[in-house]
Amino acid sequence: MNTCPEEIVHLMHEYLDEELSYEKEKELKQHLQSCEACRTHFQELKRTIAFVQSTSHIAAPSGFTQNVMSRLPKEKKKAGMQRWFHNNPFFAAAAVFLILMGGSLLTAWNSDDKFAFTNNDNVVVEGHTVVVPEGEVVKGDMVVRNGDLRVEGQVDGDVTVINGERYLAGAGSITGQIEEVDQAFEWLWYNIKSAFNELGDMFESDDNNE
Amino acid sequence: MELIVKKRIKQVLKGDQNAFGEIVELYKDKVFHVCYRMLGNRHEAEDISQEAFIRAYTNIHTFDIDRKFSTWLYRIATNLCIDRIRKKKPDYFLDAEVAGTEGLTMYSQIQTDEPLPEEEVESMELQSSIQKEISLLPDKYRTVIVLKYIEELSLKEISEILDLPLGTVKTRIHRGREALRKQLRTL
Repeated sequence: MNTCPEEIVHLMHEYLDEELSYEKEKELKQHLQSCEACRTHFQELKRTIAFVQSTSHIAAPSGFTQNVMSRLPKEKKKAGMQRWFHNNPFFAAAAVFLILMGGSLLTAWNSDDKFAFTNNDNVVVEGHTVVVPEGEVVKGDMVVRNGDLRVEGQVDGDVTVINGERYLAGAGSITGQIEEVDQAFEWLWYNIKSAFNELGDMFESDDNNE
Repeated sequence: MELIVKKRIKQVLKGDQNAFGEIVELYKDKVFHVCYRMLGNRHEAEDISQEAFIRAYTNIHTFDIDRKFSTWLYRIATNLCIDRIRKKKPDYFLDAEVAGTEGLTMYSQIQTDEPLPEEEVESMELQSSIQKEISLLPDKYRTVIVLKYIEELSLKEISEILDLPLGTVKTRIHRGREALRKQLRTL
């Protein structure tokens, strides 16, 4: 059917690839006007392209991404943490703050919480209660921290009870000053607690914003 | 778009899997479409395009960040498609008679070509015959025709995707066009 030189078909394809120079294009057009067979050929080619391009675009099935993600090899835990901190910079800062603060507060508390008292040969310890037994005499000052003091005997000196109760039995006596620092601690404790409550509120409001 | 993709790739390289999800979301339709036109079958297209994304993920460290990601991704996808086409190349013919029957050909054994409900959009006869004719092309022509006319990529990009010299791509497109012309002449 096509007796024209191969060259013409080649020109057609170059034209379709938009790579034909102006002169060559003129040559092709002149030939197409004079040769019906080539004209048909050229039209068929153009029609073919139009057909192929007319195919509708189709979208990937639903759930495609989830399927891919579920088939991926597991990611490292570290990356997940990093992403979390990246998305929640405030929490990252808060976490660092809490770790540091918590650490220092805890050590402070730990040392404060310990039951301690001025050692003396004449006292007896019952649980967290330091007892000065009847008939015994303690010479010097006494400090009891985080515990109670029961004086049934005699203390020749000042008595300080921190975070504890002091009982004075009928027969007991203390010659020096008696001091209870409970209230001071309570006040301090109240301050620490209220500070933390405020911090807690801040966290909660931040949670609600998320 | 390329800029966002590059950012995401860097995150993936650091081990962030969610960033890859966004990449999949961006390219899934294109990749699926290429695979569908190459394979002519939704089920296989889904299978292969998912595989392409998984390969992209596991080999992401080999991707040169200075190059176009879509080119690299298409390359993975088309290679997988070609592999699949070659593997399933029939060693039997549909026209062959089924053993033990009379006049019953293999055509009777295959799934109906009736469109599935979700394929209704494509139910137009013309569309399916074009798809059929594309599927009949030898795979080396089919690939270039799909990339050129369905994905509308430049010849240069196609040559990068297929890792072929520009001249070869041109020749294949010319031949593919000629082959399709002959097939579609009756339409």
